[in-house]
Amino acid sequence: MGIVPVLIALVVLIIYFEVRSSVFLKPDNITNLFVQAIIFIFLGMAEVWLLLLGEIDLSLGWMAGLSGSIAAIYTNIQFGWPWWLAFLAALVVCTAIGGLWGLIVVKLNLPSFIVTLAGSFILEGVLLYILDRVFEGGGAPIQSSELTNLTVGNLTPTWTWIFVIAVIAVSAAVMIFRERSRRAAGLEVPPFYRIVVKLVALTAVSVALAWLFNTNRGAFIKIEGMPFAVPMVFGVLGIYSFILARTKFGRYMYAIGGNREAARRAGIPVNRYRVYAFMLGGFTAGIAGLFYVSRLGGYSSSSTDPSLVLYAVAAAVIGGTSLYGGRGKMTYPVVGGIILAVINNGLVLIQITSTMVYVITGVVLLGAITVDSLARKSQTLLK
Amino acid sequence: MSESATGEPVNAGAVADSDMGVDPSMLLSLRGVTKHFGAVQALRQVDLDVPAGQVTALVGDNGAGKSTLIKAVAGIWEPSSGTMYWQGKKIDIHTPKEAALLGIATVYQDLALCDNLDIVANMYLGFESTKKHVLDEITMEKRTQQTLKDLSVTTVHSVRQLVASLSGGQRQSVAVARAVMRDAKLVIMDEPTAALGVSQTAQVLALIKTLASRGIGVLVISHNLNDVFEVADRVAVMYLGTLVSSGPVANYTMSSTVELITTGVVSRAA
Ligand SMILES: Nc1ncnc2c1ncn2[C@@H]1O[C@H](COP(=O)(O)OP(=O)(O)O)[C@@H](O)[C@H]1O
Ligand SMILES: [Mg+2]
Repeated sequence: MGIVPVLIALVVLIIYFEVRSSVFLKPDNITNLFVQAIIFIFLGMAEVWLLLLGEIDLSLGWMAGLSGSIAAIYTNIQFGWPWWLAFLAALVVCTAIGGLWGLIVVKLNLPSFIVTLAGSFILEGVLLYILDRVFEGGGAPIQSSELTNLTVGNLTPTWTWIFVIAVIAVSAAVMIFRERSRRAAGLEVPPFYRIVVKLVALTAVSVALAWLFNTNRGAFIKIEGMPFAVPMVFGVLGIYSFILARTKFGRYMYAIGGNREAARRAGIPVNRYRVYAFMLGGFTAGIAGLFYVSRLGGYSSSSTDPSLVLYAVAAAVIGGTSLYGGRGKMTYPVVGGIILAVINNGLVLIQITSTMVYVITGVVLLGAITVDSLARKSQTLLK
Repeated sequence: MSESATGEPVNAGAVADSDMGVDPSMLLSLRGVTKHFGAVQALRQVDLDVPAGQVTALVGDNGAGKSTLIKAVAGIWEPSSGTMYWQGKKIDIHTPKEAALLGIATVYQDLALCDNLDIVANMYLGFESTKKHVLDEITMEKRTQQTLKDLSVTTVHSVRQLVASLSGGQRQSVAVARAVMRDAKLVIMDEPTAALGVSQTAQVLALIKTLASRGIGVLVISHNLNDVFEVADRVAVMYLGTLVSSGPVANYTMSSTVELITTGVVSRAA
């Protein structure tokens, strides 16, 4: 249940595109696809923080744009900030803006939908204003190799293997340790074959990917290895998943999304957690923005994309996050983001016009929302 | 509250010797508890004793003031006047938290459960055990299992089930077990069987008896006199904000109770 039907859909899509276009599964296209997906994934993770509580932030796309611009502008020769300071500034600004939306929603008791819609207009205006004035209207080209490397840099093939093996080993250790300690405590344990199946699947996928990434994909010079961006997504995914599944903080996020009144009566400071969710959403959208601007190679008023926020919602919801609050995981936008990237990338390869790509992405999102709503109905009927 | 203009609360706190009238073996005693909502007098001079280890059924018609009374005990609102005693000692309950700290747990009709969380998470909501800031799932799961077992709640297959998948009676059981696990001395339940079918009702009534047998005081509001006569050790009848009669269940018959509920008096000489 849960994520499995979505994974099946992903496999079907991959097979379809590979049959229709022989270059789909080529190493350079897969790498390209992953880098595309990473922006959707971070945006989707940002939105999961909000959707879990039954909130939404429609300004995350512009927040990402703002973050990328700040990073590009302050690492530019004119300002010359060290990359880490500029990145930090970008993330702090996005976190603060998210917090501001959250405070408005909570203090004035307004729907987050409206507050962040207004917020997205404000951010769009501010961003365009900045981009039109900075560097004599030339936008913000990237001059920092760190910013470029977010999407262009690769691990060496050796480090790619080390990373992949480490991920498999850590996953196996965590699963087996958890099973052991439950067994030792005399608690029910799921059948062992499930752990085996999960680990085999994980190993197969990671080894295949490592092999793909380590195949030379350069036409003139040798390009190989896993993009830096992949371990970075894994890092954030690991931290966020840990927070959601293993800490009180995460537990309260789910509780508030499931039944706000019950959470309040259990003594959880509901409004404070709602503001935290907006801040985490902003922070994560800020990360997405760094990758976004890195991929674009710079940011100007002509490269802004108003549909970015829809990818945030789509990545989260296609993966299985509920719009009604209380249901979702950080792995969902990973799958959702990859599906979005597969659709975008594959449709272009089989020469569907870009206007049709919008239509098809929209239809997929609509389908995901329908599934979400049906799942909710059947759950209510069960009671 | 600014009811001092009515003159009533002024003497309420001042009656020092009213402590003498309270039986210290009682878990909870109310004396002269009154509650106004503007012009509406929802409670008039209510005196009620709730012993430990027994089931006290609070009955009365719609609007009689039952919910208003338990909300005063639960700390949702303060009475306009009157005194409450907890194990013989005079107390003031200002907030639900204070009530909880005393050991008073209230299970409202809506149960306040999170459907999207499993039984363990619901049982521990707001009180999670942690080890180095990480949720200690094993401890929580074991204690949840133990608590449910102690209360003879056997119909639940796995404590890792989502609450959304539980039946009405099981949900009620989880809400009660949560209170018991936090060492509640008095469990108050508002219409626990109102929405339940026959077998589910039996489940909840059995749970109520188990609570009492474990020394916990139970104050249960019910509309269903069959249920009341099945589980209650004591009966308290409210009529238009007044507690018109209370005592051991042996003093009541089905018909005398119906009469008290509908008219506030019994015509037959007792
Ligand atoms: N919050 C409130 N504000 C005003 N009046 C109230 C409020 N709560 C209850 N009442 C009134 O107090 C009386 C007793 O209500 P309630 O305690 O809910 O009765 P019961 O639970 O016995 O059916 C009713 O007349 C009701 O309208
Ligand atoms: Mg009532």
